[in-house]
Amino acid sequence: MEHIRTTKVEQVKLLDRFSTSNKSLTGTLYLTATHLLFIDSHQKETWILHHHIASVEKLALTTSGCPLVIQCKNFRIVHFIVPRERDCHDIYNSLLQLSKQAKYEDLYAFSYNPKQNDSERLQGWQVIDLAEEYKRMGVPNSHWQLSDANREYKICETYPRELYVPQIASKPIIVGSSKFRSKGRFPVLSYYHQDKEAAICRCSQPLSGFSARCLEDEHLLQAISKANPVNRYMYVMDTRPKLNAMANRAAGKGYENEDNYSNIRFQFVGIENIHVMRSSLQKLLEVSGTKGLSVNDFYSGLESSGWLRHIKAVMDAAIFLAKAIMVENASVLVHCSDGWDRTSQVCSLGSLLLDSYYRTIKGFMVRIYSLVLSGGVRCGHLDGDPKEVSPVFTQFLECVWHLTEQFPQAFEFNEEFLLQIHEHIHSCQFGNFLGNCQKEREELKLKEKTYSLWPFLLEDQKKYINPLYSFKSQRFTVLEPNTVSFNFKFWRNMYHQFDRTLHPRQSVFNIIMNMNEQNKQLQKDIQDLESKIKQRKNKQTDGVLTKELLHSVCPESPTLKTSLRFKEQTLLPVNDALRTIEGSSPADNRYSEYAEEFSKPEPAVVSLEYGVARMTC
Amino acid sequence: QLECALSTLDSITLMYPFFYRPMFEVVEDGWHAFLPEQEFELCSSATSEWRLSYVNKEFAVCPSYPPIVIVPKSIDDEALRKVAMFRHGGRFPVLSYYHKKNGMVIMRSGQPLTGTNGRRCKEDEKLINATLRAGKRGYIIDTRSLNVAQQARAKGGGFEQEAHYPQWRRIHKSIERYHILQESLIKLVEACNEQAHNMDRWLSKLEASNWLTHIKEILTTACLAAQCIDREGASILIHGTEGIDSTLQVTSLAQIILEPRSRTIRGFEALIEREWLQAGHPFQQRCAQSAYCNSKQKWEAPVFLLFLDCVWQILRQFPCSFEFNERFLTMLFEHAYASQFGTFLGNNESERCKLKLQQKTMSLWSWVNRPSELSKLTNPLFEANNLVIWPSVAPQSLQLWEGIFLRWNRTSKYLDEAYEEMVNIIEYNKELQAKVNILRRQLAELETEDGMQESP
Repeated sequence: MEHIRTTKVEQVKLLDRFSTSNKSLTGTLYLTATHLLFIDSHQKETWILHHHIASVEKLALTTSGCPLVIQCKNFRIVHFIVPRERDCHDIYNSLLQLSKQAKYEDLYAFSYNPKQNDSERLQGWQVIDLAEEYKRMGVPNSHWQLSDANREYKICETYPRELYVPQIASKPIIVGSSKFRSKGRFPVLSYYHQDKEAAICRCSQPLSGFSARCLEDEHLLQAISKANPVNRYMYVMDTRPKLNAMANRAAGKGYENEDNYSNIRFQFVGIENIHVMRSSLQKLLEVSGTKGLSVNDFYSGLESSGWLRHIKAVMDAAIFLAKAIMVENASVLVHCSDGWDRTSQVCSLGSLLLDSYYRTIKGFMVRIYSLVLSGGVRCGHLDGDPKEVSPVFTQFLECVWHLTEQFPQAFEFNEEFLLQIHEHIHSCQFGNFLGNCQKEREELKLKEKTYSLWPFLLEDQKKYINPLYSFKSQRFTVLEPNTVSFNFKFWRNMYHQFDRTLHPRQSVFNIIMNMNEQNKQLQKDIQDLESKIKQRKNKQTDGVLTKELLHSVCPESPTLKTSLRFKEQTLLPVNDALRTIEGSSPADNRYSEYAEEFSKPEPAVVSLEYGVARMTC
Repeated sequence: QLECALSTLDSITLMYPFFYRPMFEVVEDGWHAFLPEQEFELCSSATSEWRLSYVNKEFAVCPSYPPIVIVPKSIDDEALRKVAMFRHGGRFPVLSYYHKKNGMVIMRSGQPLTGTNGRRCKEDEKLINATLRAGKRGYIIDTRSLNVAQQARAKGGGFEQEAHYPQWRRIHKSIERYHILQESLIKLVEACNEQAHNMDRWLSKLEASNWLTHIKEILTTACLAAQCIDREGASILIHGTEGIDSTLQVTSLAQIILEPRSRTIRGFEALIEREWLQAGHPFQQRCAQSAYCNSKQKWEAPVFLLFLDCVWQILRQFPCSFEFNERFLTMLFEHAYASQFGTFLGNNESERCKLKLQQKTMSLWSWVNRPSELSKLTNPLFEANNLVIWPSVAPQSLQLWEGIFLRWNRTSKYLDEAYEEMVNIIEYNKELQAKVNILRRQLAELETEDGMQESP
């Protein structure tokens, strides 16, 4: 609280992000310990969590006041104009402090209190259980065992305690290998394909330099290939571009020499590093945020940002991985440099292609949890080196979204679920994504001090269900996406999720979702009605009923009441469908630069016509 | 020139529609499904300011107009003849759309033939002003840039001088025509057909085709027109050069935005009949070869396809506001380019009369408007609404029409299955609702029976 000097500023203007004529809403800005809140004159609220703020910028003073531009990690961009420079300065300084915390303990998760007791909180953390997950995958078994080598984080600080390695890999081999791998991240199991008895393993780059070898490492890789009873050779996938990997050799790192390892096939897949990805995303956002953007600028910007090229590269790598297992029945070892960003991405996406369990709501949570434990989500929650922040997780979600576009019935969850998860990656409201590895997470006592996101999402599950999901009992139905370039599209609902005017005004998904829900209710109604009718008929045939008895049953039966009320409800989808049209107005869409010639104020007309419209948030 | 025209007519009579023998029973003859008189009734029921004129009965005043047009009541046929002399191709201003909500109208015409010395036509000025209410102003939307419009004066064309039309304000919106559009289509189709393109190349080819730029220009202009009518309460006149291409794109799209009826199957068919076929869009010239022609076709241009694409964009944004689905649009695209039906043959009504299409060929509408066909083209999500629908024209909101351009380049199996599943859910919902209603009635009957037994 010591950072907050001003808690309330009136007469602040919120500019329309895309308006070329400085259209704005006037309202009051509030600063709380956790949020920045703007309430406009229509009482519409805009909440911005301090942790979501990626950057705050104070622009040069204008005649109408002092502009303050806030960019958020969930891609919201707000542009305020604060009448007095002094207020603007205070808010600016406060936000700078509040948005960048130096200590984990200052993050929202440690103060967030959803009114649950300790046991409820603990239960929440137990929703996702990795031991259960390994059991589901079918390990341990005769080829794979749980290793206690890293139980005390002695071999590798950034790995979890529980690691699965080949049955025949002894501890000295593991220790030896870990010394030959960057940051000690030796090859471990990431996913086991029970049907094919093939494994996806992960590690970091070898410290091979130009010629160094490590017998233990070679043994460990051999052990992995031997753990596959069907195919004795394995793939080693280096997810980096070859040039990057070669440059690493000069620093004593590098990649595996095929000659030194028996039975490996080495392959580069060319995914760029996080620095390239970060600046690519930055470019993408710059382009899509341009006022009065032309179609040509949009597409040339999309091209030069390289973003979709990177998405395609990740997808292609995952497909390569899945094919190695499905077609060749080979195990695959994946690594990049340190083995967290690209490696986690590719392993996760690959297993999602292979195993339909990860396409369910619960399964996806499990996959994300293991992604977190393997260090695949480093989002820079603390004020630190911005160079280590990576959009890898955003990319992973985008790849999944592309899959949902190509396979609309293969996923139990919908786009909203992906967006919600993305929102909380950065919100720091829940403990799930804090800390970079299990050790750090334990030291932070996250399970005691913070809440888990998953039970909250599960509670709201209805919102995240894909109504078109077709449940296939077969666990191993492989997705084979087509990665021809035209199948990749700009993810508008992610990068413009707060720019309502850019989206379709009616959502097919919502309507089908509501209808699905309604169908369930109707089925129940039919049952109720049928049993009531049966009851009636029985009574009529009995014919011995007394009047009192009849009275007590028939007049105000609760089921009938609900079904009558339901009759009104059946009209709801129509209104729901129209709900969003209210956002549709010519003023929002800037068809004309002749706006000034049109004298009437637009919004008043809009709200009149759509008198039925409700507030949406 | 006449010879040339006749030879095209001759070759047309050798085309498939003249030999096609339908294997279905005609329920309603599509040639008589959308008569101008009937269409006029929709407007005459609301206002008496307009009348039907038969001045073009013999196609003498304007060869590209139909025999019957709607004009202001106060303007007689003699004046129309004079105005026709002052407008490109004889296309004097006629009514395109009457907005019942506020009585504002969309008119369309050819460019005024002002030439370099600023010719005037009193009757033209009178006609246009006749559509304005006292003290009201109107907008003239010229679908050419100011530059192009100015250049047109050298060839005898031009635009309305504000000095002579003081109650009107001119807005120039540039929409491309002819070979520029055709090249755009060819480039786009080329880009879509090459599967091996890497991401950068695909995106740059997509950009270089300019297709979506054209979509954005057309949609923006249509939205602007609709905005004038519905929000500014101002009538508009739309024209480009000849008034048979971009003009029709704008007038028809503005109606899609403004008028709920034009978003129904029947209303959309009527719109195509009125604003494209009768309004004289030269289908024969524009849709001869589509994207795959090696020789340069001078008159070829995907004007109608662009219109359909724009409708698809609006349909994407308002998926519940249209009675028809994407297949309906795809179907229209196919028939405009190659069809067993006579509907899209010829360049205007005059040619169609000469070809005796009504007698010799089958109308597309006769085939489409049968229940078995309609069921495939109906949007299961349709819920009629009376609102004006304002689409977003931001580049992020516009998409490549995959159903047309990527149709043969990818499998749509999973998308089709998902669509079917969606239809199933909706059908099931209807079924359940019907059942609940029956049961409810049954229960109510039982209850009244019981009540009667009780009362004595």
